[in-house]
Amino acid sequence: MTDESREPRPLDDLDARLRAARGQRESETRRETAGRSSTGMGLGFRIATELVAGIAVGTLIGYALDGWLGSRPWFMVVFLFLGAAAGTMNVYRAAKGLDDSVGLGEAQRRKERDRTNDS
Amino acid sequence: MANPVEQFKIQPLVPLEVGGVNLSFTNSALFMVVSIVLVTAFLTLSVRGRALVPGRWQSMAEIFYEFVANMIRDNVGSEGRKYFPFIFSLFMFVLFGNLLGMIPYTFTYTSHIIVTFGLAVVVFVGVTIIGFARHGVGYLRMFFPHGAPLATAVILVPIELISYCSRPFSLAIRLFANMTVGHIILKVMAGFVVALGVFGIVPMAFLAGVTILEFGIAVLQAYVFAILSCIYLHDAIHMH
Repeated sequence: MTDESREPRPLDDLDARLRAARGQRESETRRETAGRSSTGMGLGFRIATELVAGIAVGTLIGYALDGWLGSRPWFMVVFLFLGAAAGTMNVYRAAKGLDDSVGLGEAQRRKERDRTNDS
Repeated sequence: MANPVEQFKIQPLVPLEVGGVNLSFTNSALFMVVSIVLVTAFLTLSVRGRALVPGRWQSMAEIFYEFVANMIRDNVGSEGRKYFPFIFSLFMFVLFGNLLGMIPYTFTYTSHIIVTFGLAVVVFVGVTIIGFARHGVGYLRMFFPHGAPLATAVILVPIELISYCSRPFSLAIRLFANMTVGHIILKVMAGFVVALGVFGIVPMAFLAGVTILEFGIAVLQAYVFAILSCIYLHDAIHMH
């Protein structure tokens, strides 16, 4: 906490010092994944939900398109597979510890960059 | 023995029907109100003193404030500051909902998927609106990775689009599933304690451990919900 041996500085310039310290930290936003810090059970839950959600959303979109265009069941079939691909992609990202932003390639590049920065 | 899923039953407390729509005030709604009242009371009463050197309650309130403020600064950047009230309300609402559910005889509103899905959809729609408001049609560029051959757009764009649209679902399912499964485990184990008589001490010990784990999950899931909202917000604001 506070360093007793040092001369206590007046509170007047506390605001300025705080602002300087904040500015330093603000320049870089740290990207975090929600799964990395959590337990194995958390990661398992995450993988299961990502897979199910991808397929469910794909099928739903296909179903809605079919209802709209009257082309049952073709869009549903196509989007079921696309949804499965999206779900698998999200599972891959979760397992690899990539961040949750849009775009797999970008996320991979960012992780690569972070790794080179760290070492 | 009590049915393990009976605890999730919605019971109308004040029956109310407007134009054929059931708008009853239920036990779920009651606990939402309780949690909002508790959060508001906790935050307003604890900082009432406005002390420069905070007391016990004030520093607790400040810990919550700083925790969320740091989370937004680290994950969204300084532009995210104006979304602080929203993220903070979301975090406190989910956190108190999860923790209130750990008290016996209470109702856990976050164990209903429609509640978590409602919260997730608000985040999703809000983030999408912010993205389009800041970048216009250019926001759609996000769905096609830089440098990929144009011919692959036919496959890549729908996949990224579905992945984007699956966000509210995975956000909602994660919170709902964690809370529901935890409460069912507790209930089933508690049933064993009674049924096994003297040997009930074994599930009892297990139950004690699981209860601690459940408290951890209650806090962790509120954190995950809030941090994912921050990450989505970062996407909408910065677009890389």
